[in-house]
Amino acid sequence: MAGYTPATDPERAEMLARIGVDSIDDLFEQIPADIRLDRPLDLEDGMSESEVYRLLAGFADTNLDAERIPSFLGAGMYDHYVPAIVDAIVSRSEFLTPYTPYQPEVSQGGLQVMFEFQTAMSEITGLPVSNAGLYEGPSAAASAAYLAMGQTRRTGLVVSRGLHPHSRETLATHAVGFGATLVEVGMEGGLTSGEELEAAVTEETAAVFLQNPNFLGAVEDISALGEAVRAKGALLVVQVDPMTLGILRPPGECGADIAYGEGQPLGNRLDFGGPSFGFFCAKEEYIRKMPGRIAGETTDADGRRGFVLTLQTREQHIRREKATSNICTAQALNALAGMVHLAWLGKQGFVELGELMARRTAHARRLIGGLDGYELLHDAPVVREFAVRSERPVEEILPLGDEAHGPAPRLPVYPLGRDYPEYEDSFLVAVTENRSVDEIGWLAHMLEHGQAGWGEHIHDHDHEGNPVAGGVA
Amino acid sequence: MSGPTLTETPQQADRARTIYEKSVPGRRAAQLPPLGEGIEETPIEELIPANLLREKPAELPETSEPEIIRHYNRLSRRNFDLDTGFYPLGSCTMKYNPRLNERVAALPGHSKLHPATDPADAQGALQLMYLLQESLAEITGLPTVSLQPSAGSQGELAGLLLTRAYHADQGRNPTKVLTPDTAHGTNPASVTMAGYEVVKVATNEEGGVDVDDLRSKVDEDVACLMLTNPNTLGVFDENITEIAGLVHEAGGLLYYDGANLNAIMGQARPGDMGFDIVHVNLHKSFSQPHGGGGPGAGPIAVSGRVEPFIPRPQVIREEADGEVFYDLDYDRPKSIGRLRGFQGNFGVFVRSLAYILSLGGDGLAEASRLAVLNANYLKTRLSEGRAGKYLPVAFERHCMHEFVLSGAPMKKELGIKTLDLAKRLLDFGFHPPTVYFPLLVDEALMVEPVETEAKEHLDAFADAIEQILEEAESDPEIARNAPYTTPVRRLDEVGATRNPRIRQPQ
Repeated sequence: MAGYTPATDPERAEMLARIGVDSIDDLFEQIPADIRLDRPLDLEDGMSESEVYRLLAGFADTNLDAERIPSFLGAGMYDHYVPAIVDAIVSRSEFLTPYTPYQPEVSQGGLQVMFEFQTAMSEITGLPVSNAGLYEGPSAAASAAYLAMGQTRRTGLVVSRGLHPHSRETLATHAVGFGATLVEVGMEGGLTSGEELEAAVTEETAAVFLQNPNFLGAVEDISALGEAVRAKGALLVVQVDPMTLGILRPPGECGADIAYGEGQPLGNRLDFGGPSFGFFCAKEEYIRKMPGRIAGETTDADGRRGFVLTLQTREQHIRREKATSNICTAQALNALAGMVHLAWLGKQGFVELGELMARRTAHARRLIGGLDGYELLHDAPVVREFAVRSERPVEEILPLGDEAHGPAPRLPVYPLGRDYPEYEDSFLVAVTENRSVDEIGWLAHMLEHGQAGWGEHIHDHDHEGNPVAGGVA
Repeated sequence: MSGPTLTETPQQADRARTIYEKSVPGRRAAQLPPLGEGIEETPIEELIPANLLREKPAELPETSEPEIIRHYNRLSRRNFDLDTGFYPLGSCTMKYNPRLNERVAALPGHSKLHPATDPADAQGALQLMYLLQESLAEITGLPTVSLQPSAGSQGELAGLLLTRAYHADQGRNPTKVLTPDTAHGTNPASVTMAGYEVVKVATNEEGGVDVDDLRSKVDEDVACLMLTNPNTLGVFDENITEIAGLVHEAGGLLYYDGANLNAIMGQARPGDMGFDIVHVNLHKSFSQPHGGGGPGAGPIAVSGRVEPFIPRPQVIREEADGEVFYDLDYDRPKSIGRLRGFQGNFGVFVRSLAYILSLGGDGLAEASRLAVLNANYLKTRLSEGRAGKYLPVAFERHCMHEFVLSGAPMKKELGIKTLDLAKRLLDFGFHPPTVYFPLLVDEALMVEPVETEAKEHLDAFADAIEQILEEAESDPEIARNAPYTTPVRRLDEVGATRNPRIRQPQ
């Protein structure tokens, strides 16, 4: 049993004597006997470090992760290459183990990272104000709604059906508490319907939520869609994929009042969905209504430059029930990973990565769209993800092999059926710099097999589409 | 200026410069892979219409890899951290972060697993989540656990939305939520976000809920009572059964803020006390590193009557023909829905399950017992000497895992405030306790020493307080101008708010 506790028996005795009690039990006497747990917790006995490692490594071994199969899964989280310096920096005790920087004199490292992060996020979104980070992407949508409702004193939220289904569902969950009503705007040719949007926005609309690129991968014309929003005095809120902002026009230049999103593509592992960070950027006028932590520059008693948590009168520990948000985490370590990745990519690399994804994606889209039994769901422009329709039901093309003799692994693409019953016959393919041209070829090959049926072919290929003996690697 | 040192420390001499200010045009770190054979270098305008493209690159730093490493390593040395020193921050449970947990979380099978992986190909991950759900259910004494909430604050909001759904299902719509005046600030903020009105309940002389005040405020319009037990004063509310009865009789639910769970693991369980909803901070009691302000996770445990409403998807275990299968259950018609994307902070779940497996049931109980021992020992040490005189304990009784001191006599007699004491502690190499909270105690200091701290660190902390108070008796200016040895000295927070500079100028 690893207790990580240093106290020896003689030390315990000495401490008890100093306190003036006979046993530790005496200290628990304030808990009434009828609610004391009169048995040990029904959990396994503690294990040695090597046993815990083996058990959990055994669990990990049964998961088909992106190192074991080329993953074309996206839908908001992507298998980017995380540079080694990210791991080196975020595993330093000085970043890993402090609390929130409540004592700025001894938290300058973390606070300066927040300041740099805010600058970087502000730059890539084209909006002047950024906070230090939120929980993750979809819940940041709820934060945007709360700000917009407070700002406009209106209760209507209009959301594009191209907004991530997790964001839409998160908004619906929170709308019950916020007292908001939600109206959804449909899609046409892979893009948000401008006509439907115009009809949906009224004098009661607090905010309109768009996503760019939208969930189907299509690049929206945010400026054009935003006109109807501005005309009615609602806030234009755009969820963005940060890794596409190297090449896409930033939301701040498209008239967005707020841009937010999932930060995972920036320096964070997939981690089966978290932890990552959310980001939240806005126009200057919303600075005192922002959710979450914000770091600001100031000077110390000797005139030296320093950083502090600022505008704290917005926050729950000061304002309590009148706070702009209840959020008190900034996902600081994850935001640091994002900042280091952005610094590593740098001004040029950030653009190059966007271009690389757009070109490889165009290649993959051409290849897969041309396969027998497949067609593109839409032909709108895309950056890193696209939607494909299949003649054969999607559930049948996914198994990497004939399942007559047992379960086969699933082809790592994202079936749209759960979130979009109208696209039950379609799936998303995501491409990053980690997906080589050979792996794209492998995907096309596997999709061909999926469409035609596997027959005996399952035993003929490894995960790169090369002939092998013994089945899928 | 008065103080022990007038020369700059090396860290102070190293003036803050941002990565932007170190940027040199043309420098770079990343080398991306080539496009690949057979892929054309099509101009981007041919793929995406020019009006949708960025005109100017974003101003990101231009720097080399060695410069990045040096920059962030130097920055790291301007942080105080738990691995280097004692961090008795009340209600934050700054316990040791085992490195085994980092190792298992980093395994590619965990860290490189896409959240949308088909459950059939993620059985290990789902089994791990299921085991954590079961473990937390046993620890809290409630049957069902949802791991989804991202943090304690989101767990609170989830709990309040569950409360709303529970009442609505019965055709009721109560409007008020009761919270004691000792509650964490997140509690009232979450209450407002859930569309409820906050009603404060007074604290009695023993530091618990004033039951008479509660009785006068409980009626059919009360949706729930939010409590932390032991509360932020480090006091276990002995009347909890009576309190639960009062709220339940009026049709309300009981919400348990698990911030202080580290006091009672294996000793008592919120479910047995009558609570319906509990949030657990995995970054407190279950050793997830705090990361300088996140990540954490705030799973919720609920009673049977609240179970139909929990967020979806939920990890479930199915058994058919002797085969076990772990799945994500979306088919929960009464669910409040999602609070966030995907399944929650899985990386945090890996670390916390590793911690629970390492300690086992007995080890968790022992951790709480030693946390309480350490707190009472440090409280005893601080009730002696000058601390006892200038910093009296707010509630004179045995504490649980933390205790609250009042700096009011110190301020009156020595002319130094709690803030001054806190800043002077930095020069002694200690992170100060939580200050000015709970609001109920004048000049409060909330001290939580945790079980992983050795006795000598508690002694050294008590000795430092004694020394600072002694020093203040002869020269209070020393504390008033502290700290002296930290990377920067006291910072102008008012100026920062008045004239916010929150990014590098363009």
